[in-house]
Amino acid sequence: MRLATDLFASAQATVRAVGAYALFALRVLAAVPGALPRPGLVIAQVYNTGALSLVIIMLSGLFVGMVLGLQGFDLLQRFGSEESLGTAAALSLLKELGPVVTALLFAGRAGTALAAEIGLMRATDQLAAMEMMAVDPLRRVIVPRFLGGLIAMPLLAAIFSLIGIFGAQLIGVQLMGVDPGHFWSQMRAAVEVGDVMEGAIKSAVFGALCSLIAVHEGYHALPTAEGVGRATTRSVVISSVIVLLVDYLLTAVML
Amino acid sequence: MRQTRAIELGTGLFVLLGFAALFFLVTQISSRQFGFGAEGYRVSATFDQVGGLKVGAPVSMAGVTVGRVEGIEYDFDRYQARVTLRIDRRYDRIPEDSDAGIYTAGLLGGQYVGIGPGGSDTYLVDGAELQFTQSAVVLENLISKFLFSKAAEEGKE
Repeated sequence: MRLATDLFASAQATVRAVGAYALFALRVLAAVPGALPRPGLVIAQVYNTGALSLVIIMLSGLFVGMVLGLQGFDLLQRFGSEESLGTAAALSLLKELGPVVTALLFAGRAGTALAAEIGLMRATDQLAAMEMMAVDPLRRVIVPRFLGGLIAMPLLAAIFSLIGIFGAQLIGVQLMGVDPGHFWSQMRAAVEVGDVMEGAIKSAVFGALCSLIAVHEGYHALPTAEGVGRATTRSVVISSVIVLLVDYLLTAVML
Repeated sequence: MRQTRAIELGTGLFVLLGFAALFFLVTQISSRQFGFGAEGYRVSATFDQVGGLKVGAPVSMAGVTVGRVEGIEYDFDRYQARVTLRIDRRYDRIPEDSDAGIYTAGLLGGQYVGIGPGGSDTYLVDGAELQFTQSAVVLENLISKFLFSKAAEEGKE
C-alpha cells in the first residue's frame, strides 16, 4: 500500500515537472519578442556559450574524427572498401556525431555555467531585485541566454563536423594510405545538402533544448549553495538524456 | 567599453567561423549544387526491371553525370517500370535515338542510368521518351541461368 502511494506520488511529481517545463518553455518563447530590442545581451551570450566553447569543441571534433578514421579504416578494410572511408566519416559526423557530441559537450561546458549563474542570481536575490525594479528577469536574463544557445549550437556543430572530417582525413589518408582522390570524391558524391541540413536542424533543436533545460534548472533552483549545485548537476543529466532521446526521434522522422 | 569590444570581436570571429564551416560543408563536402536539377528537361524511359535503382540516382553519359532520376513508378498500360529522368539544361544535344540502361557502379555500388548516344540529328526535348532500354541485371536470374546451362551441359554428357 505504501509502495503504491509512493509510486503514485513520484509519477505525479514527474508529470508535474514535465508540465512545469512546458509552461516555462511557453513563457520563454512568449518573452522572445520583448528581448529582441536589446541584441547586445544576446551577443554577449553567444560569446559566453559559443565562442568560449570553441576550443573544447574543436579539440573534441579533431579527436572524434581521428578515431572515426582509424575505426572506419579498420572496419572497411575487411570488406575491401576503404575508399568509402570519407563517405562513412562525413555522414556519421554530419548526421549523428556532430550534433550529438556537440550537444553533450555544450551541456557540460555551457549548460552548467548557465544553470549555476542563474541559480546563484536566484540565491543572492538578484532576480527578486530585478522584479522590484520592474525589470522582467525572464526578458533580461533568461531569454538572451536561451537565444544565445540556440544560435551558438548549430555553428559549433558545423565546426565540429568539419574539423572531424579533416581529422578522419588526417588518419585515413596521411597515416593509413587511403587514396585522397577516392576519399574526397566518394564523400562528395554521397553527401548531399540535405544531410548537412539534417545536422543543422538537429543541432538547433539540441541547442534550444539544452539551454532551455539549463536556464529552467537555474531559474527554479533552491536558493541555497546546495540547491545551486544540485541544479547544475540536474541540468547536465537531464540535457544529456533528453538529447539522446530526441536524437532518436529526430533521426526516425528525418531518415 | 574595451570589454564590450573584445566580446563583440570574439563573437564575430566565432559566428564567422561557424558560418564558414557551414558554407564549406554545403559547397565542398556535399554534392548537389544549388539549382542543379531544378532547371533542365525531363525525359522518360520504360524498363522491364529497374532492380535497385533509386530516386536521385545519377544519369550519366560516358561516366559524366548529366542528370538525376526524378521518379520511378509502375506503368499499368505497359506492365513496365517508368523512370523519369531530369537532364541538366547544359546537356541539350542528346540524340533522340539514344539508348538507356541501368548499370551498377562498382561491385557493390549504387545503380545508375547510363545513356549511350544514338546517331540521330534530332535531339531529345522535354517530355520525350527513350525507345531503346536495357533493364537492370538481377543477380538471381544470372545465377539461375548459369546453373541451368551447367545442368543442361551435364545432362548431355
